[in-house]
Amino acid sequence: MIMLEKRPQPSRAWTFATPIVAVLLTMVFGGLLFAALGQDPLVTIRTIFFDPLFSEFAWFYRPQLLIKGAPLVLIAIGLSFGFRAGIWNIGAEGQYIVGAICGAAVGLAFYPMESFIILPLMVVAGALGGLLWAMIPGLLRVKFGTNEILVSLMLVYVAEQLLASMALGALRNPEGMGFPGSRNLAQYPSASSWITQSAGMHWGVVTALIAVIFAYIALSRHIFGFNVRLSGQSPRAARFAGVNPGKLILICMGISGTLAGLAGLFEVAGPAGQVSIDFNVGYGFTAIIVAFLGRLHPVGILLAGGLMALTYIGGEIAQSNLGLPIAAIQILQGMLLFFLLAVDVLTNYRITSARKAH
Amino acid sequence: MTEPLLRLWGLTKAYPGVVANKDVSFDIGRGEVHALLGENGAGKSTLVKTIYGLVKPDSGTMTLEGEPFQPAEPRAARAAGVAMVFQHFSLFDAMNVAENIALGMENPPPQAEIAARVRQVSDQYGLPLDPDRIVGELSAGERQRVEIIRCLLQDPKLLIMDEPTSVLTPQEVAILFETLRKLSREGTAILYISHKLEEIRALCENATVLRLGQVVGTCDPRTTSARDMAELMVGSTLHVPHKEDKPAGETVLALKNLSAKAPHRFGTPLRDITLQVRKGEVLGIGGVAGNGQDELVAALSGEMKTAKAMIHYKGQPIGHLAPNARRKIGILAAPEERMGHAAAPDMSLTENAILTAMTREKLTTNGFLHWGKARKFAEGVITAFDVRTPGPQNAARSLSGGNLQKFVIGREIMQAPEVLVVNQPTWGVDASAAAAIRQALLDLAAKGAAVIVISQDLDELMEISDRFAALNEGRLSAPRPAAGLTVEEIGLMLGGAHDMEVAHVDA
Repeated sequence: MIMLEKRPQPSRAWTFATPIVAVLLTMVFGGLLFAALGQDPLVTIRTIFFDPLFSEFAWFYRPQLLIKGAPLVLIAIGLSFGFRAGIWNIGAEGQYIVGAICGAAVGLAFYPMESFIILPLMVVAGALGGLLWAMIPGLLRVKFGTNEILVSLMLVYVAEQLLASMALGALRNPEGMGFPGSRNLAQYPSASSWITQSAGMHWGVVTALIAVIFAYIALSRHIFGFNVRLSGQSPRAARFAGVNPGKLILICMGISGTLAGLAGLFEVAGPAGQVSIDFNVGYGFTAIIVAFLGRLHPVGILLAGGLMALTYIGGEIAQSNLGLPIAAIQILQGMLLFFLLAVDVLTNYRITSARKAH
Repeated sequence: MTEPLLRLWGLTKAYPGVVANKDVSFDIGRGEVHALLGENGAGKSTLVKTIYGLVKPDSGTMTLEGEPFQPAEPRAARAAGVAMVFQHFSLFDAMNVAENIALGMENPPPQAEIAARVRQVSDQYGLPLDPDRIVGELSAGERQRVEIIRCLLQDPKLLIMDEPTSVLTPQEVAILFETLRKLSREGTAILYISHKLEEIRALCENATVLRLGQVVGTCDPRTTSARDMAELMVGSTLHVPHKEDKPAGETVLALKNLSAKAPHRFGTPLRDITLQVRKGEVLGIGGVAGNGQDELVAALSGEMKTAKAMIHYKGQPIGHLAPNARRKIGILAAPEERMGHAAAPDMSLTENAILTAMTREKLTTNGFLHWGKARKFAEGVITAFDVRTPGPQNAARSLSGGNLQKFVIGREIMQAPEVLVVNQPTWGVDASAAAAIRQALLDLAAKGAAVIVISQDLDELMEISDRFAALNEGRLSAPRPAAGLTVEEIGLMLGGAHDMEVAHVDA
């Protein structure tokens, strides 16, 4: 009989091996899935995981990696604080949308004035938008004990409605001949978040890297990160250590909301360019996978964000070159989280074969 | 000599990295009250689990009444006539006594019949228990009776009792012992596991002592001194805490009509507690678990805030202060639950040192942690309190209960508190470690700190306390000098025969 036995200490080796094993398993089972769809599994896996980096068209795909990866990493870093503390903000997508709307609104208000101050003001507005949207589930949780998972998730749908109404109403481009969607911020120099568009560099990429560094320092060197970890592992011990649980909830929700809002702002002012009905593409949800795939560790999240961006871009190539349905790519991404959580058990448990008592 | 009821022969059981039982052999005769003694980790639990069919030995045999006995599971052991009362009860609070008993039966008869049998057995053995009462309303002693009666309904030949008196008042212990003696006279053998040596001396006819999984001796507890038995258990001369007489100092901590609502549904409200604690004294607070101990610790540590004026420290009201503000001025605490409250199981010992020592040991600057300093502090605690661990980088959960307790208590003492509140400082800790912890508490008091020890171990409290008070349903009795208190007086302070008095009606 095979049994799981709790390890006295979490295994360090498995902490690092888990993501790699999960990726390999995803490749194997993803390959089987593609074979069942009538594709050559090796070609498909190569197309998704290697072509974006090493094919002859890699010069075109590599900047895309930065563009897709930056919002994922930025949002996931914010989420990782709450997830470590046992605070489940599932609504980063909504905070991302509201951040984009607020930031874009500030930029559009200045159009067509040119000034170096416009982008910084947009950044502040975007961050505040995300922060306030996240404070709704945070405050409700602290004051009334509501479930932050449900409230934050439902606020995503509210944010989507808000986005649609903005794209069709208040923020619609007056020179857009009645089409929904705002002016293109990427073509408005003072409001554009692009640094070098051809290289995929925009301020969101820079901010994501800064966030990784700050998160790393906070979690490993600062008492705040210590309290976050302590609260997640032993809430009673955290109270005993003097952590105020309500304050911690608000701070963690605030960080994740702020970073999601920033991600939305940089996206709307650069890669997306405008506030449109279909502006959001699920970064806020995918970032949850990225956060866990990266083991809630800042450096891990950076790598996981890169990997997830890879599957996005590789998936698009597979879609156009091999005619693979988009659902197959989404299943592949789902598998990644599934295998990660499954293999994760081995960090804290080991498999033993117990002799069955007869 | 007649054939014994149960004979254990060469029982050996190894787990990865540790031999729990090694070549254990002894006999239990019919109607014999046999004590199984040993420190934590000596292999007592593994041995009784083997007898009860929960553990399969690697080698060795057992015979019950001359027949080979190899229970594959507890059901088989019960069918053969072996019953066990566990230290932790498995009862459903929301159901009544008879329903709980029916749940443990293979083919339960109708409720009325069970109720009738419960009444009959409870009369027969002097264990007052009403089968219609809801278990959630029962005291710990009464809950234990449910477990005992559940066993007795099976008409066992051997009754195994694991640490049965840890939750009982002295009066309840007396009732229990009467029952056990009666059972023994009627021919039921009892295997009695305890670390309370005086109880074993009062009850048992034979004792087997285990150390590191092996039988290291047998004795007749009626003629062997508690000290000799303890030394047999520990394998070395036992250090008895030494207490110096000293004059009482000035009052440092004063509770004034401290009242607080129960923090959660199964908590106990604190009612009108008034108390002065003086410099250099050890104040012992006894009481059966669940009478407000956790809440009192929480109110003193700052986890549970109270009205400002209810707690005074050196004349200043501090009832509103948060835990770290209290630590800063010198009030430290060590709660009862080590895993998950006093320490975070998955964090390293260094991190667990930061948990409470951050403020007083100045382990942070502007919020940035000094890992090196924290590690040094943790190493200091490990050395000074003889915590057995490879090093401070190890997770708290990798330590045995006793070692972690030494770390938790040591962590507070090393911070030189002016007031230290500890709850169950030696619970689940082996005899030599317990003696070391008690000595450390006495030393701390000798240096001028006020020490409040909350414990259910009355022997411990009598050994180290200068004054003694008892918690009963959230009320604290007036403290009395510990020297000269008799067991009867203590029992009355604890609330007397807890279950026999009319329940308190809340105002």
